[in-house]
Amino acid sequence: MTDIHAKEQTNIKFTVESLNLFYGDFQALNDINLTIEKNEITALIGPSGCGKSTFLKTLNRMNDLEPNVTINGNIYLDSVDVNKDMDAIELRKRVSMVFQQPNPFPKSVYDNVAYGPRINGIRKKTQLDEIVERSLKQAAIWDEVKDRLHKSALGLSGGQQQRLCIARTLALEPEVILMDEPTSALDPISTMKIEDLASELKKNYTIVIVTHNMQQASRISDKTAFFLLGNLVEFDTTITLFSQPSDKRTEEYITGRFG
Amino acid sequence: MSTHKTGTLPSAKQSAFQKFKNEYFWRYLIITCGLFIILLTLGIGFFLVVKGSGTFTEFHHSVWEFLFSSDWSPMDSTTESGGGVGAAIYIFGSISTCTLALLFVAPFSITSAILMTEIAPNSGTKIFQPAIEIFVGIPSVVYGWIGLTVLVPFIKHLFHPKMGGYSVLAASIVLAVMIFPTITTVAADAIRSVSSDYRKAAYGMGSTRWQVIYKVIIPAATPGILTGVILGLARAFGEALAVAMVIGKTRAFPANILSPTNNLTAAIASDMGNSATGGEQNMALWTMALLLFIISIFFIFLIHIISGKEKKKHA
Repeated sequence: MTDIHAKEQTNIKFTVESLNLFYGDFQALNDINLTIEKNEITALIGPSGCGKSTFLKTLNRMNDLEPNVTINGNIYLDSVDVNKDMDAIELRKRVSMVFQQPNPFPKSVYDNVAYGPRINGIRKKTQLDEIVERSLKQAAIWDEVKDRLHKSALGLSGGQQQRLCIARTLALEPEVILMDEPTSALDPISTMKIEDLASELKKNYTIVIVTHNMQQASRISDKTAFFLLGNLVEFDTTITLFSQPSDKRTEEYITGRFG
Repeated sequence: MSTHKTGTLPSAKQSAFQKFKNEYFWRYLIITCGLFIILLTLGIGFFLVVKGSGTFTEFHHSVWEFLFSSDWSPMDSTTESGGGVGAAIYIFGSISTCTLALLFVAPFSITSAILMTEIAPNSGTKIFQPAIEIFVGIPSVVYGWIGLTVLVPFIKHLFHPKMGGYSVLAASIVLAVMIFPTITTVAADAIRSVSSDYRKAAYGMGSTRWQVIYKVIIPAATPGILTGVILGLARAFGEALAVAMVIGKTRAFPANILSPTNNLTAAIASDMGNSATGGEQNMALWTMALLLFIISIFFIFLIHIISGKEKKKHA
């Protein structure tokens, strides 16, 4: 937006400055400042109710859908203020979300993945076929569903459904994928598959993942942000944060003394 | 509960009675009530079959004649027979008015349901929903009366049909207004029960509100919406009084939607009381009642198939 933010440093995807968020009178986020870099996985950790999911939602303005939310401060995506200078619909196409509960539509596997391209006006069958196949392959689920593309997606297992939801998001070709505890409803093997997938996807996408599983954060993320009671307590490279936390509260949390 | 007293009362008889009172009495009462309702339904069905089949067994008319002939001249006496019992005009009258009513009302109902659930959920539940519930409570004679005093003269004024404003159109519009709340409330419930996970998923991918409604919520709610439509249709088929007041009660196929005609329910309501019990006409009217019963059972069957299929598909 302004020259100040059009820094030469092109690696930065999101810049968050002095972000405060209120649910009515309750302040859920307190002066958050951080930057999210391109082609990295940024993990947001912290105990329940610390504001990590709330923060994630501000990145693609999903909180617009909730009543009584007020925000101040700035969030820049590629130097453009997402709250002031961007349309929420356009923003969510560039910054798409995968949720905690796998939530495929009650449609066929094919129609789920083709949903995004279709709302963007793609009608040609050959083009849709291509996008569906590519997205399913990227989400490492093609082999499991290629023979049942036209059957209901609700017949898949939970882990398959979640990878389908990721494929559905990839079909939009977003720049950033937000994942809100994507594996907390899944078994360990499915979790492992999603983690491998995330590590693979960061080559082409920027990923922000909320997790309450610290092992998961340390396994897959490049940077980790630790939230507590609406404050960003510590934000650093994952290695530093887990090996030499600078804040005592971070240390207590990652060593399992609370949370 | 009875265990408090069993310590002080060694009598086994007493505790058995207590047990019966506390546990079995209500259970059996509820089972009895439930069974009574089932028996009542079966009884009505049995009664209609016995009475309604007289036309075919006692008076030897064919089912074909009853359904497809328009010669309606049954003998109104217990001793004579040999008249015609073709109910095709009545059947056609019912089908045409109900179909038209459905065509008129379905778009309004479905858009209203969307409005009150998705677009304006707050005023939807505070204003729209109660207003529609009041609709349901209005007696059908009131609808008929308004049809008779407002709609019929209006149609007459507007189109100048030969026979006045009594017409298929007037009956269809009255029916449409009457079934509007049924379809709207059932459709709104269906839309409300669509998992909010689908909404979140769709919004999270940059859908506009219209895309969320049109591409995600409506398809997911379709079985429920169809159930509402069928319930409305069943109600329209069974409505007698309001229709009888505006349809013109003329025993002829309607030439167009501005012509008067008659339908099954209006014919039964107006002729049943005057016919000789056990006579040919009386029996033919019973057969028409049986037909209505079969149609409503068919609709209910249809609803079960639609909802069952949907459950199976996503099991």
